[in-house]
Amino acid sequence: MLALVSPALLVILALIVLPVGWLAWQSIYHDGFTLENYRRVFTEDVYWRSFALTFEISLAVTLIALLLGYPVAYLANSVPKGWSILILSLVVLPFWTSVLVRAYAWLALLQRTGVINQFLRYLDVIAEPLALVHNTFGTVVATVHILLPFMVLPLYATMQKIPNDLMQAGASLGASPSLTFMRVFLPLSLPGVLAGCTMVFVLCLGFYITPELLGGGRTVMVSMLVSRNVELYNQFGAASAVAVVLLLSVLAIFFVVSRFISLDRVLGQK
Amino acid sequence: MMRASPARIVLYVICALVLVYLILPVLIIAPISFSSARFLTFPPPSFSLRWYQQYFSNPAWMQATRVTLTVALLTVVIATPLGVAAAYAISQSKLRIMRLIHMALLLPLVVPIIITAVGIFFVYAKVGLVATMPGLVLANVMLGLPYVIISVLAGLQSFDPAQEMVARSLGMNRLRSFFAVTLPQIKSSVIAGGIFAFISAMDETIVALFISGGQYQPLTKRMFTALRDEIDPTIAAISTLMTAASFMLVLLASTRQKRSG
Repeated sequence: MLALVSPALLVILALIVLPVGWLAWQSIYHDGFTLENYRRVFTEDVYWRSFALTFEISLAVTLIALLLGYPVAYLANSVPKGWSILILSLVVLPFWTSVLVRAYAWLALLQRTGVINQFLRYLDVIAEPLALVHNTFGTVVATVHILLPFMVLPLYATMQKIPNDLMQAGASLGASPSLTFMRVFLPLSLPGVLAGCTMVFVLCLGFYITPELLGGGRTVMVSMLVSRNVELYNQFGAASAVAVVLLLSVLAIFFVVSRFISLDRVLGQK
Repeated sequence: MMRASPARIVLYVICALVLVYLILPVLIIAPISFSSARFLTFPPPSFSLRWYQQYFSNPAWMQATRVTLTVALLTVVIATPLGVAAAYAISQSKLRIMRLIHMALLLPLVVPIIITAVGIFFVYAKVGLVATMPGLVLANVMLGLPYVIISVLAGLQSFDPAQEMVARSLGMNRLRSFFAVTLPQIKSSVIAGGIFAFISAMDETIVALFISGGQYQPLTKRMFTALRDEIDPTIAAISTLMTAASFMLVLLASTRQKRSG
């Protein structure tokens, strides 16, 4: 059996374990052992600001995705089967469109001469085009769009397992629909909330294409810091240190979350 | 009971808006790609196929398309057998280390892709695989493996291993009993896994940005570079074709998966 699994394992070891190990080594070794790269990451303003911005954007994206995704998952769970299949298909439809294609679509929609600005000017709502893209706003709009399915799917899976009897029991004891929702349904859906939020937050931390194309060079997320240090500045040690800190953040989040829910629940959706 | 309540109506409206937000960008691409205008105007002044012509007559785009299709096809051919073998071993083995191996094989889903990309770039630079076809294929095999493994493991869950034991007790060796008994029953999830690996290789961008170059640049890398410079409607045409291709593949994969139960 080990012989059967070894070719796949070899590929993984050679192309992900070795490269990540290499990064870790490169971040602490350059003509001798050094912590200089980490000192820079933790003290220099550019790095610090980028990490802070990345966590802020990830947090905002997670909260928005939760606010938008929860009602959709709730509705999909409470309508007849045919309707719920339709709703879920619409949710996963963009999921199967390339991230690049969607970045292009958002540029077409949000740019100064884009569909939305043209429409608003046609309606005489605005005189000057709004700056909707090449900034943090555009990045967040497009990022939420890409990550929303990762929120809706675990929410829906969890909600489906909540027995309807419990809601009926609540109602029969005299609670209003909103009270049964708050006291029974919402708490029981929390594992799904945690799974969805973890996946969205972690994926957002490592986002690259969307902020690069829609951020207009101003929204420098951590992944862009890594790529710029490699491509523009040839700062391999610094890039490696940033990558290691990012990876450790992701692993730490997974570790903490795994204390509360099974990780299969989080990763199973991807 | 609560169907007509105001809360319910608010819920419907919110959900309708969220669904429009999800679908609109996917739908907007096709009309733009058939527009005759040089710059983005909406609605398009008139319809034309000029952006499709531009795409099909441009040698650079065509070369990139060939690279993408070749890489995706080779990825499927290599990743599928490796993934099937690994999934079979994981599901049959009782070794304790197999759980650890299973987790290791799903690492490409956990490690942020930018880290994977930069790491592979450094390793490839040492062994001379940057800007080569084998390098590109190998990276995509690694990224596609988890999809094959997850899909095949799901298929194996509904398969009764006792059947294979029967075949072996009747004198078949392990390999023959696998091909005669097991594989036909999990065929659908194997095909679905292969299709997901194909889509993953077709869409992969970030690793390609770092490790591909010269004449071996996939479509996604050229699209990314073009998008950074200016918004050319040719990309709308390419996007429409790519979206149509992945939807057809997903449809194919999901009918396959349904049949495997």
